Amino acid sequence: MARLKLSGIEKFYGAVHAVRGVDLDIAQGEFAVLVGPSGCGKSTLLRCIAGLEEVDAGSIEIGEREVNDMRPRDRDIAMVFQNYALYPYMSVFDNIAFGLRARKTPKPEIERRVRDAAEMLDILPLLERLPRQLSGGQRQRVAIGRAIVRQAQVFLFDEPLSNLDAQLRDEMRTEIKRLHQEIGQTMVYVTHDQIEAMTLADRIVLLRDGLIEQQGAPLDLFEQPATRFVARFLGSPPITFIPARLERDGGALAVRCAEDAVLPLPSERHGKLDPYANRNVLLGLRPEHVTGVSHGTGGRGGLVRLSVVIDLLQPTGSRLYGAFRVAETEVLAELQAHDVERPGDRIEVQIDMNRAILVDPQSERVI
Amino acid sequence: MSAAAAMPAAARRSRRKAMRLYGRLACALVVTALFLFPIYWLFMIAFKTPEEIFASPPVWYPASLQLGNFEVLFKDGDAVTVWNSLFVATTSTVLAMFFGTIAAYSLARFRTGGENLALWIISQRMIPPIAIVFPLFLLYVFLGWVDTFHGLILLYTAFNLPYVIWMMRGYIEDVPLELEESALVDGCSRWETLIKVVFPMVRNGLFATAVFTFVFAWNDFIFALIMTRNEVTTYPVQVTHYFGAQSNFWAKIAAMSVLGTVPIFVAVAFLQRYLVRGISLGAVKG
Repeated sequence: MARLKLSGIEKFYGAVHAVRGVDLDIAQGEFAVLVGPSGCGKSTLLRCIAGLEEVDAGSIEIGEREVNDMRPRDRDIAMVFQNYALYPYMSVFDNIAFGLRARKTPKPEIERRVRDAAEMLDILPLLERLPRQLSGGQRQRVAIGRAIVRQAQVFLFDEPLSNLDAQLRDEMRTEIKRLHQEIGQTMVYVTHDQIEAMTLADRIVLLRDGLIEQQGAPLDLFEQPATRFVARFLGSPPITFIPARLERDGGALAVRCAEDAVLPLPSERHGKLDPYANRNVLLGLRPEHVTGVSHGTGGRGGLVRLSVVIDLLQPTGSRLYGAFRVAETEVLAELQAHDVERPGDRIEVQIDMNRAILVDPQSERVI
Repeated sequence: MSAAAAMPAAARRSRRKAMRLYGRLACALVVTALFLFPIYWLFMIAFKTPEEIFASPPVWYPASLQLGNFEVLFKDGDAVTVWNSLFVATTSTVLAMFFGTIAAYSLARFRTGGENLALWIISQRMIPPIAIVFPLFLLYVFLGWVDTFHGLILLYTAFNLPYVIWMMRGYIEDVPLELEESALVDGCSRWETLIKVVFPMVRNGLFATAVFTFVFAWNDFIFALIMTRNEVTTYPVQVTHYFGAQSNFWAKIAAMSVLGTVPIFVAVAFLQRYLVRGISLGAVKG
């Protein structure tokens, strides 16, 4: 177990500047998830930590050691790969034992540790099988087993669940979370899936074009995104941004999206937003910011009612997403099952202006 | 009403299926006989007495299996040329496989020499041997390597290297990179990764390539003819000594050819399993 510290990491691939000066300090035992769209440098960063890529600038420290010039095997890390990377000609036992044998661990010790890991991952009956005789989920367990027997300082996961089908992915996600709680090692996990990031992470590190866009606890990023990009990346269905204008009406501030959609802001937000008065803004609404009136906590400040025509319904079972238009932009509302009967119905929704996100269209930063 | 029409449709279908099967078998049999007959004839000559060899009409099989032809080869010391071939071919194959595979690994994984080096290397294999054998001969005379084992071994190794590199590069590129990376992280050095991960993964290709390399060295005539005299004569060169101006020594030619064919049979039979997979692997890769 160790702390992992990256300072000023830069990485070029020819002319492509893949990582542009990343500073990151991951505490001992923390579960950090690197997330971002493809090509953002998250996998590159992970490979730099593993030593599979050399960094062009900056330093990587694991524990108290700088590991920049160390070979991967001397860094005391374990890594789980996207395609499992199991050796097809070895049994499950040999696969899990591979790293221990490479490090000349005594035989009884190997036996014990492989069995412990297999028990933890519920693959004890599979030890004699070959990888091709396993299902995708079992293979991924073996791959994880191979990492945990090593008892390394830092665990690296490179999109380990992206080859699994949706149901299995949910299962394995829970498994990995439980594993982290059990063994408590420092883990760095790369994914492009924001749900994985939200559910697993102690800390999300959101990357964009080789830079950290924002990092922090999952809920902080979700509720207080720093930029439009962060707001849009996290949350499913995603947030919608409506071009609008911040207007001062007497002493109060309101967001005017259209003639018939002027949404007053609660007074608590006035102070911060005052400098933006009478300027264009983007109003960001997540589906959960827009709810049916009958089920809302009516009367609380900042809840604004709006009469809308629902033109599309997307039932998910537990909820119902209804799409409506505000100033040509389609917005989703999170409704209850019977709030709307059919598309085309006009209903009243309430918009939670306490939580609505306002973005400066020039800088794309949240204001 | 014909007999065929009287049969129920299902029976007719199964009969037609059986006929097709027998037809195919018959074709296969004819083709096999066509290909096997020369080899059969060669083997039979090797075991025949001189009278039987030249008998007219031909004798299809000897009255008894005579070993006399082989005895002569061993007594005269001609049979040692088979041993020479075996030694030269085996040693050069081992060397070419070793250096070729690590060179191929370098090309496949470190992009050594960029895009074009690999093509340049295989182009070396396409040079007709006869075009380079004369300058090489002069070089060998200068070095004093003519008619030596190491001279011939080195020549075959050099000539086979491009082929080995080209083939092995393809096989190695097919090994998922993650397997190697996982081994590197798990505690292996590059060499250990090569031995513990890459070699087992390309085992079929390794054997297939080795067989072809061996067969090339085994069958080579032109290099051996020019680069050897009396010390390290290989068996194909020795066989040509039996074609005389006045007469050909058919018995010796046949017996020697049998001695020269047997090792190939053994090698192919032993490695068939890997050979088929290795070749088809290469075929898919293209």
